[in-house]
Amino acid sequence: MGELATEKHVQYILSVEKRKDSFESVVMEHLRMNGAYWGLTALYLLGKLDTVDVDEVVSWLMSCLHESGGFGGNVGHDPHILYTLSAVQVLALFDKLDVIDVDKVTNYPFRVLSMFSYIAICCLSILHRLDKIDVEKAVKYILSCKNMDGGFGCTPGGESHAGQIFCCVGALAITGSLDLVDKDLLGWWLCERQVKSGGLNGRPEKLPDVCYSWWVLSSLTMIDRVHWISKEKLIKFILDCQDTENGGISDRPDDAVDVFHTFFGVAGLSLLEYPGLKPIDPAYALPVDVINRIFFTK
Amino acid sequence: MHGRPRKALKPEDEAASSAKAEKLRSLQAQFLANHQNSIYSKEALDLSAKLLEINPECYTAWNYRKLAVQHILSNSDSDPQSIFSDELKLVENALRKNFKSYGAWHHRKWVLSKGHSSIDKEMRLLNDFQKEDPRNFHAWNHRRFVAGLMERSEEDELKYTEKVIGANFSNYSAWHNRSVLLSNLLKREAEGYFPKEKVLEEEFQHVHNAIFTDPDDQSGWFYHLWLIDQTVKNEAPLLVSSWPSHGSSITIIGDNGLRGCGLSLLNGTQSDSGTLPIILYFNQAVKGINSSTVAIESELLTKELVWKPLAMNNSSTAQVWVVYLDLGNMELQQSKTYSVEINIGHSSGILSSNGNHYGDPSQISFEVFVQTANTEPTEGQGGKRTTWNDTNFQKIDHFQELDSIFTADQNHHIPKSLDWCTEEIVKEITNFRDLLSEYDCKIGKLTLARLLTALDMLSSQHDGRKSNTEEVLQLYTDLMKLDPTHSLYYKDERSLISLKQITSTRDSLLPYCHYHKDATETFTGHVCLRLQNLSLSRMGSIENLLWVQMLDLSHNELQSIEGLEAMQLLSCLNLSHNKFGSFTALGPLRLLKSLKVLNISYNELGSHSIDTTRYLCSSPVAHTEEFAWDRFETLTGSVNATNFWEAFLLFGSLALTELNISGNAVADENFRSFLVKVLPTLKWLDDEELS
Repeated sequence: MGELATEKHVQYILSVEKRKDSFESVVMEHLRMNGAYWGLTALYLLGKLDTVDVDEVVSWLMSCLHESGGFGGNVGHDPHILYTLSAVQVLALFDKLDVIDVDKVTNYPFRVLSMFSYIAICCLSILHRLDKIDVEKAVKYILSCKNMDGGFGCTPGGESHAGQIFCCVGALAITGSLDLVDKDLLGWWLCERQVKSGGLNGRPEKLPDVCYSWWVLSSLTMIDRVHWISKEKLIKFILDCQDTENGGISDRPDDAVDVFHTFFGVAGLSLLEYPGLKPIDPAYALPVDVINRIFFTK
Repeated sequence: MHGRPRKALKPEDEAASSAKAEKLRSLQAQFLANHQNSIYSKEALDLSAKLLEINPECYTAWNYRKLAVQHILSNSDSDPQSIFSDELKLVENALRKNFKSYGAWHHRKWVLSKGHSSIDKEMRLLNDFQKEDPRNFHAWNHRRFVAGLMERSEEDELKYTEKVIGANFSNYSAWHNRSVLLSNLLKREAEGYFPKEKVLEEEFQHVHNAIFTDPDDQSGWFYHLWLIDQTVKNEAPLLVSSWPSHGSSITIIGDNGLRGCGLSLLNGTQSDSGTLPIILYFNQAVKGINSSTVAIESELLTKELVWKPLAMNNSSTAQVWVVYLDLGNMELQQSKTYSVEINIGHSSGILSSNGNHYGDPSQISFEVFVQTANTEPTEGQGGKRTTWNDTNFQKIDHFQELDSIFTADQNHHIPKSLDWCTEEIVKEITNFRDLLSEYDCKIGKLTLARLLTALDMLSSQHDGRKSNTEEVLQLYTDLMKLDPTHSLYYKDERSLISLKQITSTRDSLLPYCHYHKDATETFTGHVCLRLQNLSLSRMGSIENLLWVQMLDLSHNELQSIEGLEAMQLLSCLNLSHNKFGSFTALGPLRLLKSLKVLNISYNELGSHSIDTTRYLCSSPVAHTEEFAWDRFETLTGSVNATNFWEAFLLFGSLALTELNISGNAVADENFRSFLVKVLPTLKWLDDEELS
């Protein structure tokens, strides 16, 4: 089995920031806040967050804050709940949550009766303001998206999809409601995402993809059924998706790499207890140290 | 971001990409400026359209379009139909670029919701998209939305799924949609879909095409499992077992003139609190267990009782409920038999999470016999350390309590249309045996194992039908070899079946029951259930184990004790030599008020960086409790709990007298001294007496 090319991946992540001129970069400018979260959390897990200039990041991040309390994906872009969560997560990584006015940010309308339920719950929880939403109503809505296979769709009646399952299971985890999940039924559906190559797909009869190493794996971890897949085979699949020459991880072996898959590959390896990586929390998708700091220091 | 081959860009490609990037950047900059300044001229609108057709993921541009539309509509001479038609055209163009764009689909939904557009075109558009990718869930979601707007019947939509599946059975999205539509039709007992028996029979035949044509294709697997569940499930919540069980006789030993709190159960442990638990175990989580829905009649009842759900998260819904009769302060008469009668469900109010009412009312009656203590009252195990060696145990020939458990009325969970269910399951068993005779496949074996297990559950104990347990165990063993990737899944299932086999009858359980003697050969009066060395990777059948006070699960492969919280009588527990990897995995123990002796030596506590039960136990990260800072600070003198919060949550809520944690990576001197602070009642730590 190959090894994790840590240094190469660190260099790759740092270089993406500078490589702003390619078409791919421009087309994704609007989600730079997500990109920051992916890149920086990956660096943290790899033990190299200190290679980044904190002040520069925080200053850019704050320039994306709107009056409404929400953050945009980049300077000039409208606020959106997705980027608000990423911004809060990045600040949590740096232990700089004190730079924001929590009242202001939590006044942003966090819609819970939608596929963004998880985002609202995760974000407000990190800020210790879950009281801003009706948790019971949110949980009820999430349950209305539960399907015959034990999984969850984006809307009531929507097909089960690993990404949405992560969101729903994560939201239920954070709100202490995992008793409402049929862990055996969902666990079986999730463990059957592991295909012959050892990778995980997101739905039956689809191709495996490294990002599902996160969505499926974190869901399995939260419901304590992760032993139902072969960890060794998955580790091998993720390592095979590395570009060991130029750094970065791709969705499938020999495909083009990007920060998104680099993060989810590293996060997946962390959940699989790959040596040398900092542990990541499966519900908040942030390092365990960060979550422990938020909840267990007075 | 997906499916692009990895290759270094040639210089000419890099230059082309840079040029394209520059164009797009300039377009985006202009757009943002227009948006910032709320410019909605035709030029600005065309620019935004151009942007969205290149980059449909630019969400700000979709926001802008909505604002622009609203702005234009505010002009009195605007034509809504044509404006919205332009929007639909734009969305279509954007979708042809990326038919998975959330922003584009959302915009289309927004336009249609305004009500100015014709919906006829939608179905045609959807058919195009679904031809391109039959698994596009955005298209399926949109189809559901449009079907709602058009008020298309569920029956018609069901026919559509049949068409799609007929063209290609390997379409999980279509099977999923079918399950949603059929659920609704069955639920409201629509014409042609009632009774469910005929519908399910047809559906089984339908899905056979999918599974038997290509057994390795997963498309039909989960639908088939759902059909089995629809066939055998019991909607109504029912009582599965209780402690004390119906018809049993419990002897309690009072001392000191039968007053005070020295109460212990025969063959049992001293109970400090003098309380007698009554445990109700249902077939599913229920709410509404209270003194009006569950009436207790007895002289032993001195005040209004409060039923507690045994839930890890303060939920008011639980599968197991407990109430405690407070006998400690009563003046109990020696050698008297007190009767207790419990009536469940005579008044409505007990509900499952699906809103189904409790089945037929049931009744449990048992007797409590009071006896004086012959010997001096002893504390715990006589102040002596508990030992778990083979020499400390002696087999039992006869155990009165076991008799009453197994003669109790066990007909609680037979579904109404039993004959049809059994017939259908038997038919399926035949079908899958046929499949396996042609192709030794995983889904064949797994489904057969599940069907045989379902059949066993449907049979009552009285009809003399031989159980299929042996064959099921063999099937899971086969599956572990056939599909090693998922071997631990099959192992867990096999453990559950093993436990069911062991605990199902008096004769099967008796060999595992032993009397416990301490080192001086004194009969301590404890009956221990010894389930060590059984390769168990998972606990189960706890509904049959509510009577257990001493349990040995050592030398197995357990990493979780989900469900153990129901064992309210448990006072001594041995979990040594297992695979427990975190203190949160021991979370169920927090609900065991009587637990005094715990052995968790030789596990994996402290060896894992990832905690797989972190959110399955009550904790501040799951928002089910506040961290007890005051208590933590008082006991440990620290304001940083990041290292030991899991251990604190667990041990801080137990009153253990004996604990063994050696052989775990976490058990260093620092941790041991932390434990001593947090467990003031502890007398023995790792076999050493504490001063």
